[in-house]
Amino acid sequence: MLYSKKVMDHFKNPRNVGEIENADGIGEVGNAKCGDIMRIYIKVDNNIITDVKFMTFGCGSAIATSSMATEMIKGKSVDEALELSNKAVVEALDGLPTAKIHCSVLAEEAVRAAIKDYYDKNGIEYDKEKFKDCNCAHCHA
Amino acid sequence: MFVYADNAATTKTSKTAIDAMLPFFDKIYGNPSSLHEVGQIAKEELEKARETVAKCFNAEAREIYFTSGGSEADNQAILTAVKMGERKNKKHIVSTKFEHHAVLHTLQKLEKQGIEVTYVDVNKNGVVKVEDIASAIREDTCLVTVMFANNEIGTIQPIKEIGAICKKRKVIFHTDAVQAAGHINIDVVDMNIDMLSISGHKFHGPKGVGALYARKGIFLTNLIEGGAQERGKRAGTENLPAIVGMAAALKEAVDNIDKHAKYVSALRDKLIRELSKIPHSVVNGDLVNRVPNNVNMCFEGIEGESLLLMLDMEGISASSGSACTSGSLDPSHVLLAIGLPHEVAHGSLRLSLSAENTEEEIDHIIKTVPEVVNYLRKMSPVWDELCKGELNHVI
Ligand SMILES: Cc1ncc(COP(=O)(O)O)c(C=O)c1O
Repeated sequence: MLYSKKVMDHFKNPRNVGEIENADGIGEVGNAKCGDIMRIYIKVDNNIITDVKFMTFGCGSAIATSSMATEMIKGKSVDEALELSNKAVVEALDGLPTAKIHCSVLAEEAVRAAIKDYYDKNGIEYDKEKFKDCNCAHCHA
Repeated sequence: MFVYADNAATTKTSKTAIDAMLPFFDKIYGNPSSLHEVGQIAKEELEKARETVAKCFNAEAREIYFTSGGSEADNQAILTAVKMGERKNKKHIVSTKFEHHAVLHTLQKLEKQGIEVTYVDVNKNGVVKVEDIASAIREDTCLVTVMFANNEIGTIQPIKEIGAICKKRKVIFHTDAVQAAGHINIDVVDMNIDMLSISGHKFHGPKGVGALYARKGIFLTNLIEGGAQERGKRAGTENLPAIVGMAAALKEAVDNIDKHAKYVSALRDKLIRELSKIPHSVVNGDLVNRVPNNVNMCFEGIEGESLLLMLDMEGISASSGSACTSGSLDPSHVLLAIGLPHEVAHGSLRLSLSAENTEEEIDHIIKTVPEVVNYLRKMSPVWDELCKGELNHVI
């Protein structure tokens, strides 16, 4: 089997699919040319991510990593969510094939993009250095 | 319900092929090169199989060389033409942009060694123009290699016309007929084919066996050195069970070619007709010049690998040309060659049928694919943007 049981579970039954109307932050990363786009919506209350939803165009692992990433940040503080690493997503999914690691990078980037959007919309100061655009080989091939 | 619809990848070995093979494991197990009786019986069977394969293409038995499959036959054909060309200082090859990797990667390797290759474009229907091949041929062209039928979109190329031009221009003509053999009629004499590759497992024979037809007068270059098997052109003790199985499968396929084509193309056309009702979908490849068993479509706003995984969960085995399934960052070179934009090519689905598929199975596909496409579109940000008019539909 190409994918772990966990990945297939999140692919078959993705958590938090959909959109949030009046979201506090929306992040979209990737591009259709490469074959994956992730969009994450967050609702923030008192610095806590109270709701999160995603929409993904991509392969099985793109859908599974989006699903897992949303699950991992739901109920967390914005600062905790910013700490989410692609490695943590991969581990939570019991691993990904090497060729699919970029999907987890995309999931991490999507979360950060949503938080950045939230900061921008609410005039919250942040360290711009920490929010550089993705420049992994996959998106810039 | 389980529906196997990936026959262009490989086929189920037929009962005819299995029955033909079985005695060759424990009864006729001799080495065809041995002089004793057990060996000589094996040798006779080997030559019978060669005769059977030759007849299927109107070739002579001594023009058939058994190989390990389609890839080996392609490699040997191309290398042979290059070596024959070298003696006349001909260092140019004409091919197309959408050949199988067994051909493309061989050509790319040769380019690094100083061979020049012209990759002729195919039109948006996935058919190469005879004039384009003709005008690509130069004084120093040693080979034209054009596939008979494309493995992804199933389009049939004007092989007879290309063969006639190559004959006139005195250029060796090879065709990779791996997807055509046993599915459409092939006559190497009538079509002026100098070399032709086939593979057992694409017509219900076993895997790991194929053949290269090389017309008398073609001086084959070895890929494998060793014993004098295959008239010294391909060393290694013959895989007799597989060779016999392939010959039996090929004969069965060719004997039933019209009957199967009629049955399978009706299923194909029903699939195409019904799946085309999905909004913003497109059928890839010419609808007329097409092998009977191939359906290839793109659905906008979704990605092929997730489509395949969902179909697999519903019991349908299919294939896609998305980047994720091609193992590279780009979607299939075939879909790009017919001019599809990357984002559309990612959403491709290939269903390749066989005479074993039933009407009920086709109905299951017709019911399932639209549901899965809808489901994936609902979670697709690309589809969302297309619906909101933020992106323009391409198909
Ligand atoms: C057009 C074409 N050529 C060559 C091959 C390679 O054949 P084989 O798998 O027998 O090496 C295939 C099958 O994968 C094919 O479809």
